[in-house]
Amino acid sequence: MSATPFLVLSAILFTIGSVGVLTRRNAIVVFMCVELMLNASNLALVTFARVHGNLDGQVAAFFVMVVAAAEVVVGLAIIMTIFRTRRSASVDEASLLKY
Amino acid sequence: MNLPLLTIALLLPVLGAVVVAVLPQAGHGTSRVALPKQVALGVSLLTLAVVGYVGIAFDTDGARYQFTETHEWIRVFGAHYALGVDGIGMTLVLMTAILTPVVILASWYDGDDGRWGANAFFAWILVLEGLSICVFAATDVFLFYVVFEATLIPIYFLIGGFGGPRRSPAAVKFLIYNLLGGLLMLAAVVGLYVVSARSAVGPTYLLSELTTVPIEQSTARWLFVGFFVAFAIKAPMVPVHTWLPDAAEEGSAGTSVMLVSILDKIGTFGMIRFCLQLFPEASQWATPVVLTLAVVSVLWGALAAIGQDNIPRLIAYTSVSHFGFIVLGIFVLNSYGQTGSTLYMFNHGMSTAALFLVAGFLIRRRGSQLISDYGGVEKVAPVLAAMLLVAGLSSLSLPGLSPFISEFLVLQGAFAHGWWWAAAAVLGIVLAALYILLMYQRTMTGPTVPSVAGLKDLDVREVAALAPLVLLIVVLGFFPQPLTSMIDPAVAATLEQVGATDPAPTVPSAPSEAAATEQESPE
Amino acid sequence: MNVALQETLPVVEPSATSGALSLLWVIIALPALGATVILLLGNRRTSGFAHLLGCATVVGSFVLSLVCFVTLLGRGEEERQVVQKLYTWVEAGSFSADFALLYDPLSALFLLLITGVGSLIHVYSVGYMEHDARRARFFAYLNLFVAAMLVLVLADNYLLMFLGWEGVGLASYLLIGFWQHKPSAAVAAKKAFVVNRVGDIGMALGTMLVFTTFGTVAFAGVSAAAGEASQTTMTVLGLLFLLAACGKSAQVPLQSWLLDAMEGPTPVSALIHAATMVTAGVYLVVRSNFIYDHTEAAQTAVVVVGTVTLLWGAVIGCAKDDIKKALAGSTMSQIGYMMLAAGLGPAGYAFAIFHLLTHGFFKANMFLGAGSVMHAMDDDVDMRHYGALQKAVPVTFLTFALGYLAIIGVPPFAGFWSKDKIIEAAFGENLVVGTAALLGAGITAFYMTRVMLMTFLGSKRWERGVHPHESPKTMTVPLVVLAALSAVGGLLLLGDWVVEWLAPVVGAEEHHELAVPPIVVSLVVLLVVAAGVGLAVALVGRREVPRTAPTSVSFVTRAARADLYGDAINEGLLMRPGDSFVRGLVSFDDHTLDGAVSGTGGAFGGLSSTFRRMQTGFVRSYALSLLLGALLVVVAMLAVNL
Repeated sequence: MSATPFLVLSAILFTIGSVGVLTRRNAIVVFMCVELMLNASNLALVTFARVHGNLDGQVAAFFVMVVAAAEVVVGLAIIMTIFRTRRSASVDEASLLKY
Repeated sequence: MNLPLLTIALLLPVLGAVVVAVLPQAGHGTSRVALPKQVALGVSLLTLAVVGYVGIAFDTDGARYQFTETHEWIRVFGAHYALGVDGIGMTLVLMTAILTPVVILASWYDGDDGRWGANAFFAWILVLEGLSICVFAATDVFLFYVVFEATLIPIYFLIGGFGGPRRSPAAVKFLIYNLLGGLLMLAAVVGLYVVSARSAVGPTYLLSELTTVPIEQSTARWLFVGFFVAFAIKAPMVPVHTWLPDAAEEGSAGTSVMLVSILDKIGTFGMIRFCLQLFPEASQWATPVVLTLAVVSVLWGALAAIGQDNIPRLIAYTSVSHFGFIVLGIFVLNSYGQTGSTLYMFNHGMSTAALFLVAGFLIRRRGSQLISDYGGVEKVAPVLAAMLLVAGLSSLSLPGLSPFISEFLVLQGAFAHGWWWAAAAVLGIVLAALYILLMYQRTMTGPTVPSVAGLKDLDVREVAALAPLVLLIVVLGFFPQPLTSMIDPAVAATLEQVGATDPAPTVPSAPSEAAATEQESPE
Repeated sequence: MNVALQETLPVVEPSATSGALSLLWVIIALPALGATVILLLGNRRTSGFAHLLGCATVVGSFVLSLVCFVTLLGRGEEERQVVQKLYTWVEAGSFSADFALLYDPLSALFLLLITGVGSLIHVYSVGYMEHDARRARFFAYLNLFVAAMLVLVLADNYLLMFLGWEGVGLASYLLIGFWQHKPSAAVAAKKAFVVNRVGDIGMALGTMLVFTTFGTVAFAGVSAAAGEASQTTMTVLGLLFLLAACGKSAQVPLQSWLLDAMEGPTPVSALIHAATMVTAGVYLVVRSNFIYDHTEAAQTAVVVVGTVTLLWGAVIGCAKDDIKKALAGSTMSQIGYMMLAAGLGPAGYAFAIFHLLTHGFFKANMFLGAGSVMHAMDDDVDMRHYGALQKAVPVTFLTFALGYLAIIGVPPFAGFWSKDKIIEAAFGENLVVGTAALLGAGITAFYMTRVMLMTFLGSKRWERGVHPHESPKTMTVPLVVLAALSAVGGLLLLGDWVVEWLAPVVGAEEHHELAVPPIVVSLVVLLVVAAGVGLAVALVGRREVPRTAPTSVSFVTRAARADLYGDAINEGLLMRPGDSFVRGLVSFDDHTLDGAVSGTGGAFGGLSSTFRRMQTGFVRSYALSLLLGALLVVVAMLAVNL
């Protein structure tokens, strides 16, 4: 079994995710794009685990999933709060935390 | 049973500080509780008793380091909790223990209006005392370094919390300046580890073992520079002295005493203890530069003091001048010079403390630090004026007061090293007369200016705080033997390590003649 | 120095004290105790008995000094040097100095002078300072002075001498500035101390050079090995101690403080700035005879300084209207005579000390007389407001007159014997020096006659409301005693007693050949003195003295009134440039040095305020920089691996 298709898919997903993060303003979409990037890297990790025949990559993928789940909880809560106070989920408008 | 007396002496004030910190706040609101202050004073007096006992039990003919304690601390570094005092360390530990109760008594009300209240003020002072005793007794380079840096913490809070209007910038400047020096020293400390780990001795920071480690010439010189710059900033020497006037101007009188009289001595103490002992060859190599800096400090500090209109700044600059003398005596590498320097550290501690405290009393009464705001104070406050005069005269090294002996010995040492050093530094005694007497003349004499007309003279507490200092200054001016007999063997041992000997008199038959007269004189 | 001469030089070889002489330390301890008690108890608590305590301690010291002196008289010439070691004062490595007292014929004479004249002046002060609220403190300072002066002359080594040396400086500072509320007094006190400190540089460096050369600072050790040191060392030593002497004894170029020092109460001027402290420089030179005998260059320097000062002071004395300043100029001049004699070596040491003693008598007498006159004239010091006082204050007038006769050198009064010997010795040394000394005698006669005429004779020029009255007994009795001493002080020279007495210390008088017999010199001196008196009578006595000093006067008078521009020179050469230098240095310190420190901090602050602009708050630009950073890392890794 060749690893290439999986890696190509992973790269495509990662690129879509990163372009989405850079171009979209809606915080929810940005958030989902981040998830996409995480899953792209998960796919790469699992692929390499399979190629090398050990479990390190899969363990790492589980870690990522756990962290991603935790992140979803905190991240969504923050986005909700921002939306409630400002009636908008645009990441460009929430730029108070600066110099 | 052998009590670890030095550990007790340094833990007492630290524990006392904790107690003082948790006691109900002193001097606030209607209930002006004096208990924390009394506890602080009691603890410092108890410490003085312990240190006093150590001083009396110190055997001047005994081993070089006494009351030693050694416990392994961090094995991989070779760091130890190692304490021990020789005559030099003993002198400075004594000075610390004497000055702390004096400062506490003199600053009785100085902490009340500070940022964190009087408890914090006295607690920090006690912490500082404990750390200072530790630093003067440390015989392990790593321990010394850690405590050396740790002393910055209490003094930072003392300046930043209890002082003049621009105290925060002054505290930050003090902290960063000294941290910079500490950083250089840290590099040198790490370097020492590398050197010792590669040698046959193995990784160690114990002074006694480090002195046996052979260090390559160029490495030793680099390490020397690292230590020396840190100590020069601490001391402080020209041109890295400018943090001191700011700190003295903004800190309260008590803080300035702790800073200038005790803390700055760590710099000059470190030069004797570490620069000379660890890097004898490098010390000899650096001598011309160090001596030049020292003489420049003497004259620079004195001249700058003449030009000041601010009393605490003036005193700070006089200290720059005095520290120049101390460094001069250390690096002329002969017995009288170095004994003079060690004695100078003690005497400068007493005389500058007296000067700062009297000036503090005066400033607290009138609310101004400017000389030009005073005039004719002698008429309304004769005791204060007399105390200022005695403190000032001791600062200008009047014979009969203790600083004279140390200053003369330092100059004698410089003269024996090369007459031109002494000839340049001796100008300092004229300048000293100028800065002290000008200040005295402008503040104390002449017609009484209206703003000081109602000034109260010193009260009993203030006189009681100053009396021990004045007494010591006068008594040691006539009987310096108790201290010199303690310092002499330690200096001799240090010089032996450096490989320096006293120059012989140029006239061959002279010593025997002198000895003959000695025998003829009755005891 | 040739070998034969070296062998004749005396060596300090003291033996231990015994008998009455072991009370030596008490002589110092008494006044020291008095000062301590009064100062510690404070002015108010001691005001009732301080003057009695002050007098008692000094009189006690005087009695003990007499006892010691008589004991010494009874001893053979070889046993007249004793040392009392009290304890080891300073010991550091190979350096050591004892607290030890050396009592020999030289210090014996000084002891009598200090405690004797000191006692009289203490008694005088009881009356003079009666109405001063701080009289107790005054006596404390006077006692302190006496103790310090005794340490100075009894010290057996240079370091201990330095203790006394600066101790008297301190006492002088405190007493000149006794009336501190007067700014002029405070400034004068500070000036005296600072100028003295300049001299102390010489004392300090000299002591150091003595130690590095001889390995000891004791007179005994130094004198024993003096011949072995190099000529250069001895010359440098001689010059350093001369610098010290110049400071303490107000010799040119460190003379400027003495005239200002007259701001102090008059008894102080009499005791410290006439009879004792200012002569310490002469003492130092004579005490260090074992150094000066080995260096002709330094001796010449001493002679030059003495000669210049004796003329300098005399000229100033001629133009002053302030009676105390006129006397101060005279003091300077007379000490110039002593220095000149001391610089002549064994030929002059004894005469220097002899003149020092007689001068102590007659100058103290005249200063106290001046004080008595001021007392009578409501503390006015301007002689232009005096005149015709001989009736109003007869005792003062008579005693002052005796002092006057003594100082101008009229036989058989004390000054004649001492000054005549110095002029004779000066001619033996060098014609120029001798002529200068002779000229000085003439000028002395002129200005002293002027003082006499303006003060006691002529017409009344008193201020309105002044009613002169004779001073109380406590003041006149010391005057009478001192006047008597001024009259008969010359007896010390009877049978060359003082010369032989001092010989064990300073060496026997060298025989010097004069082209003319000594009697001719004496006659010439008397002629010059008579000329001086005559000139004064013609210029001052025959005319009406204006009540304000005339302004249209010659350049010489103006220069003399301005102390020969000594202060102006100091001001222009030292104080003003020094002031600017200090200001420049402080500004350099504040701006350049501290500026560099604050600048470094500021630079980091500026840098960070530039960089923080990158923190825009836009999440997506952060994301972009993240991505770019990651790409950069990947590219870098690829580049390395390829």
